[in-house]
Amino acid sequence: MSISLSGRDLISINDVTKEEMLAIFREATSLEPYARSKSDVLKGKVMALLFFEPSTRTRLSFEAAMKRLGGDVIGFEEPSMTSIAKGESLIDTAKVIENYADIIVVRHPFEGAAKAIADAVQIPVINAGSGALSHPTQALVDLYTIWREKGRIDGLTILFFGDLKYSRAVRSLVRGLLNFNVSFIFVSPELLKLREEEREFLKSMSIPFIEKSSLTSDLAREADVVYVTRIQRERFTDPMEYERVKGSYRLSMEHLQHVKNDLIILHPLPRVNELDWEIDKTPYAKYFKQVFYGLLVRMALLKMMLT
Amino acid sequence: MAIDRELRVQKIKEGIVIDHLRAGTALKILEMLGITGKEGYIITVAMNVPSQKLGTKDIIKIEGRYLSPSEVSKIALIAPKVTLNVIKDYQVVRKERLILPEEIVGIIKCSNPTCITNHEPQVQSKFLVLSREPLKIKCKYCETIMNQEEVFRRLS
Repeated sequence: MSISLSGRDLISINDVTKEEMLAIFREATSLEPYARSKSDVLKGKVMALLFFEPSTRTRLSFEAAMKRLGGDVIGFEEPSMTSIAKGESLIDTAKVIENYADIIVVRHPFEGAAKAIADAVQIPVINAGSGALSHPTQALVDLYTIWREKGRIDGLTILFFGDLKYSRAVRSLVRGLLNFNVSFIFVSPELLKLREEEREFLKSMSIPFIEKSSLTSDLAREADVVYVTRIQRERFTDPMEYERVKGSYRLSMEHLQHVKNDLIILHPLPRVNELDWEIDKTPYAKYFKQVFYGLLVRMALLKMMLT
Repeated sequence: MAIDRELRVQKIKEGIVIDHLRAGTALKILEMLGITGKEGYIITVAMNVPSQKLGTKDIIKIEGRYLSPSEVSKIALIAPKVTLNVIKDYQVVRKERLILPEEIVGIIKCSNPTCITNHEPQVQSKFLVLSREPLKIKCKYCETIMNQEEVFRRLS
């Protein structure tokens, strides 16, 4: 049975069922031949990118995905250049742009912005990151990377390391992983621990997890996947709080002394100094492959939502 | 004792009686309605009155004042078992048991300062009611959960 996402929005990772996720993964793999060439499957379709917040890879990834499938791209990445700067509301901007495009991809610093746009327009909307809470396409990319590299997601132990308080990628990925049978280990400095509501949420779902404030090689040995995040400096409301935690954690070669042979290390990138460059040379490092997989997943999403 | 307290609450000619308020909430309701006492309405407030249904309850009677739909919704939010009586010529012409809807639109603001509803005038706040008692609501945009105390704070 083929699964269609035609006409749907992608606002939260919770909008996607496990079956739909697996269908997206299969589609992503089937589109790999076109990631280095070109297809005309979306010829004549236009994607509008509304980026109200800086982004390099997510924006370029969507742009490349659309172009590899033969579609066109319009949009902006600097709201100061748009009517927003003249005082136009977000909703008006979206209602104008829906006349020019077949799909809207939005990134915004406020939580719920993508949903607000999706409620206001008739064309499909993809949330490419809203505030500190939601980044569903990154979660799909991360899940696909695990599925593709490990051949499964069920039964794995996922160790999250870094800023777990402000990372929207972590929050969305944890929710996506709840579709599978996995074990969680969360390691972060005290000030960057999982939000209380997240902890409560996991407890309410009876999901067991381990929480630690520092990473040891013994703990790393437990993991099948280590997911590292940078400190989300832009989300700190108190600059002093950022200064206190800056540079307070780093994944280094010492942590990897006793890890499983088939461990994979992921990072949504960009990294600052939380991931030793030496690790790039190890077989565990999959974060650049994760970027390539990001292209495939976004190609799959665009194809499934627009055809 | 109970009879004595009931006698203090006199009948009104035109206006409203808000009955079965949770004990101790009457002043909060008046504050929320923007009633300070300086408006000139005849107001009777009974607090901590014995009640068969609630144990104790508060009652508010306001002469010459009716409630807008938005005010009714706000009261339903913080006082879920409340009964609203509309009085005309000393008679109860309408008796309404307020029921909190499953979705609350535009009544209160989200407590998350970076929720889009606090920044976009065209986007009304929307909350899903997770639990009526104790009150727990979830923002449909940013998923922030607000409990009774938070809702109380934001209504004042």
